[in-house]
Amino acid sequence: MDRRTVLAGLAVSMVLAVFLSPFASPRPDGLERVAEDKGFLHRGEGEPALAAPVPDYAMPGVGREGLATAAAGALGTLLTFAAAAGVAAIAKRRP
Amino acid sequence: MHIPDGFLAARVWGPLWIAGAGGLWWALGAAGRALKDRAVPLMGVMAAFIFAAQMLNFPVAGGTSGHLIGGALAAVLLGPACAVAVIAVVLIVQCLVFQDGGLTALGANVVNMAFIGAALAYFIYAAARGSSRERGRILTAAAVAAWCSVVLASAACALQLALSGTSPLRVVLPAMLAVHALIGVGEAVITCLVLSFVLAVRPDLIYEGGRG
Repeated sequence: MDRRTVLAGLAVSMVLAVFLSPFASPRPDGLERVAEDKGFLHRGEGEPALAAPVPDYAMPGVGREGLATAAAGALGTLLTFAAAAGVAAIAKRRP
Repeated sequence: MHIPDGFLAARVWGPLWIAGAGGLWWALGAAGRALKDRAVPLMGVMAAFIFAAQMLNFPVAGGTSGHLIGGALAAVLLGPACAVAVIAVVLIVQCLVFQDGGLTALGANVVNMAFIGAALAYFIYAAARGSSRERGRILTAAAVAAWCSVVLASAACALQLALSGTSPLRVVLPAMLAVHALIGVGEAVITCLVLSFVLAVRPDLIYEGGRG
């Protein structure tokens, strides 16, 4: 994998996560819609088993909603890149 | 389709955690062998792209939205084992960092979106493509696999909800299938758009079985 392809792929991902994510549809997704229609949405609204640091793709402490989403997108893009590349490196080295 | 905490009973999510972890262990072993002459950063780029694309909910009918799962896309580019690993990494980051998908439901989400969404998608794609190297055939096979993967994952999700006593199967299965039959069209379209681009600029990135 040449460096140019990796950088181009990362740049495209970053543009999607930072500049397009604030414009994503806020409507409920398929499962949420079904849960709402069939009356079991409330089951998922209790305390989560683990309190995540950036809930609902909104960076805490960032006032404007679009910016909070964009910041969460940037963080997630870098984290998933590093995590997947790290996992791949480890998997490759394992005998 | 990320299942939150509370939707699944422990008797359902417990075994799915074991299945998810066990399957992931297998996938990582197979990915490690397949990765021999494939560079590691492509896995990272694929995960980053799928994470970003999953943030982009598109509206579908009835006040509902959907987003790419990316399992079929990853499978066409990376093969089944690496695709499972990439989707699982995305799901784990989404769960631990962004509270998208519950920690208890993580096994179920890995089974639905990584094993059905990516690995099963690969076998559908491979069967539909055969040994063809024709662009149209590759795209058609990928589109079929993308649509099927979303619909089959939603069926598995419905089954898990029914087994948990959350909603009766005769209620939840038709509802999940109906909405995901639409979302699956979005999955197929986006998968084809991205693959058309890759076929135009770097056709060598398409996974070809034994090449690894």
